[in-house]
Amino acid sequence: MRTRAESYEQRLERVVLNPLSQTTRGYKLFVLSLLAVVGWGLYAYYIQLRYGLGATGMRDVVMWGLYLVNFVFFIGISHAGTLISAILRVTQAGWRTPVTRMAELITVVAISIGALMPLIDLGRPERVWELIAFGRFQSPLLWDIVSITSYLTGSLIYLYLPTIPDFALMRDRLGYYANPVKRLIYTVLAVGWRGTPEQHRRLEKAIGIMAITIIPIAISVHTVVSYVFSMTLRPGWNSTVFGIYFVIGAIFSGIASILIVMAIFRKFYHLEEYLTERHFRNLGYLMLVALFIYLYLTFGEYLTVAYKMQVEEKHLLETLFVGSNALWFWFFVIAGLVIPALIIILRKGPVIPRMVIAAVLINIAMWIKRFAIVIPSLQVPLMPFDFGAYYPTWVEWSITAGAFAGFILIFAIFAKLVPLISIWEVAEGARETPQPRVATLVEQSGMKPEEIEALLSKAVAEKGRSRVEQ
Amino acid sequence: MQEKEKGLNRRQFIKWSVGAVGLAAALTTPLLPVINQARSAGSSPETPAKEAPAQPDKKKRAWCMIIDLKKCEGCVTIGAPPQCTMACINGHFTPKGQQWIQVFQVELSNGGKFFMPTPCYQCENAPCVNVCPVAATYHNEDGLVLIDHDRCIGCRFCMAACPYQRRFFNWTVPELPPEAAFAEYSPLYPVPARKGTVIKCMFCGHLLHDGKLPLCVAGCPMKALYMGDFDSDMATNGAEVVPLRQFLKENDAYRYKEALGTQPRVWYLPGHGQAFGRTTDDPREFKTPVWSWGGDGFEPRPGIWPWGKEIK
Ligand code: SF4
Ligand code: SF4
Ligand code: SF4
Repeated sequence: MRTRAESYEQRLERVVLNPLSQTTRGYKLFVLSLLAVVGWGLYAYYIQLRYGLGATGMRDVVMWGLYLVNFVFFIGISHAGTLISAILRVTQAGWRTPVTRMAELITVVAISIGALMPLIDLGRPERVWELIAFGRFQSPLLWDIVSITSYLTGSLIYLYLPTIPDFALMRDRLGYYANPVKRLIYTVLAVGWRGTPEQHRRLEKAIGIMAITIIPIAISVHTVVSYVFSMTLRPGWNSTVFGIYFVIGAIFSGIASILIVMAIFRKFYHLEEYLTERHFRNLGYLMLVALFIYLYLTFGEYLTVAYKMQVEEKHLLETLFVGSNALWFWFFVIAGLVIPALIIILRKGPVIPRMVIAAVLINIAMWIKRFAIVIPSLQVPLMPFDFGAYYPTWVEWSITAGAFAGFILIFAIFAKLVPLISIWEVAEGARETPQPRVATLVEQSGMKPEEIEALLSKAVAEKGRSRVEQ
Repeated sequence: MQEKEKGLNRRQFIKWSVGAVGLAAALTTPLLPVINQARSAGSSPETPAKEAPAQPDKKKRAWCMIIDLKKCEGCVTIGAPPQCTMACINGHFTPKGQQWIQVFQVELSNGGKFFMPTPCYQCENAPCVNVCPVAATYHNEDGLVLIDHDRCIGCRFCMAACPYQRRFFNWTVPELPPEAAFAEYSPLYPVPARKGTVIKCMFCGHLLHDGKLPLCVAGCPMKALYMGDFDSDMATNGAEVVPLRQFLKENDAYRYKEALGTQPRVWYLPGHGQAFGRTTDDPREFKTPVWSWGGDGFEPRPGIWPWGKEIK
């Protein structure tokens, strides 16, 4: 048993650390192409700086556009991480360990990109310091700034703490023959971690505290993002449900992003052994729960409005349901709610591709849903005139593409610096689990991890049944 | 250091004293000439016995505007674009497309329509002031809602918050006539308009304390617009002076979207231009305002790369 566990740990280290020491050509090409897209986005931003926001499709009636949509979307994704991993940690869901690191990473990167969006949207970006110097707390925008910065700080700490033992591991393993700079970085980041029981105890405690603190912060972030909209007297925005609506939407799209990221790294970094079908299935169910809550809130939101049919709300519903925005709205309903729900519930076909398809659909649909939240409410005329029009220009699309590329780029670079799976936690989990691990079975039988997973869960189910019968 | 500060103070002192002399010179010109004129003409029998204070320029005011829709016929009688809008455009060099006071044609349920001029309502509970993150939009002591264009960061949150869509954004460097460059900027007189900031009607705050009427009020040929002050309880359209509160009461004054609780400082007296014989089904065409210095305004949109059309 002991030798097996050790060999498991060794292999864990080898597989997880491998991507950090080797860089393939494909990776370099990928990073280069991402850089190109980011560069193009920067060029577009330069154009916008030079000509002003007139380079965008926004005008006096529809005065917010894609940037705000992206803002809500990225902040939404950022909920993936911290909130989910913190909740899972607090509820001690054992299966979460290999997932948490990636989820936390998504949070940090998404929140950084998301927070840039309103800054890009400013007409006078050179005056952004005034937000600190003259900030008024009566403005929901200030609430945003406060809670987003605390969320970013909290998430960075929460990402860093569980990484300390892994930094120490890399200091001991990689730093040996790597260049001194790298070694120095890892040494500094490992803050003298030696793995003593006292250190372990303290670390666990710190992580525990962070896991609990981060939950209210995470909820506050998306709540105040929604307040930017719901503090105004606009049809569709002027709603009390917006806080929770945005939080649930964020969790929903957050889980979907974790699933996508997991699937990608599982494939390219050969993490099949650690990210098993069980993880995809469990996260899929979590996503289904979020989907149903979101569906419920969407339904309630539009039904209460549609029943009363106030003039401005009526205009909004017309443009959403049958008018110029109907395509977006119904795409969201079908591709974002109905199809993913069916895919998850019907359980036809292999788990991982199913979950990934559902997750991709959900993320696209949720971006569109944010569009359908932000834009149509602005198009509705508040004075006796016609609907406003909004056609994003290439500048906005380029900056949006640049933001997405930047998101992937930072993620790809991070993946080279930090092990994407928390080695010490997974190893610990393996040590604590009395049953034979999938890993050792893979070693012995040469079967695929999925097959063994299936066999195991069947065995566990049978065991449970026999216990009940006794 | 001490020296330097003193020097600065001296310089400032000189500047201020010059400014003060200039201001005093400006103030020696007759104050509130319009109101006084109108009163001496004795056109209004209800003129209150009590005289207005002699130094109204120093006094805190509670400005408001009254728009008598009975008299507003959209300037169709003279066959011209609405003269209030035109006066505002020409007086403030508002960038093309921005009608700080815009005349909307409101459909009635009987099929006809009436005209509704809409300046910024200078709301007392102004949503735009509430949401501004850097206090660039604020109430001054006279109750006007002003914008400090040196402060505004261009987030446009105030535009999202204004339930009357009375705010405009300078999306690019505005095309203005050359004389706009000589204007001296102040939040009360935001000329010339600046790129990347929000702009709107400010009740011509730069004129009021000099006893002059706002440009739109003075420009209305039908005398449909009144400027009022709740503190002295008077209002005038340049031809007559009316006791403000009584005037509002007697004419069924209402405020637009009162239910929102924004408490606008603009009152409407219901009507459809009947004072000049206009009926609600009047077929005469309403003319849209024109900008004498031309240009495209903020209309052109950028082309697909390579840069299709240069925007100025
Ligand atoms: S009308 Fe709009 S811009 Fe004017 S004060 Fe009211 S909310 Fe502000
Ligand atoms: S656009 Fe300017 S005035 Fe309006 S809320 Fe932002 S900073 Fe304030
Ligand atoms: S009060 Fe002055 S700024 Fe306002 S609409 Fe009239 S002319 Fe324009």
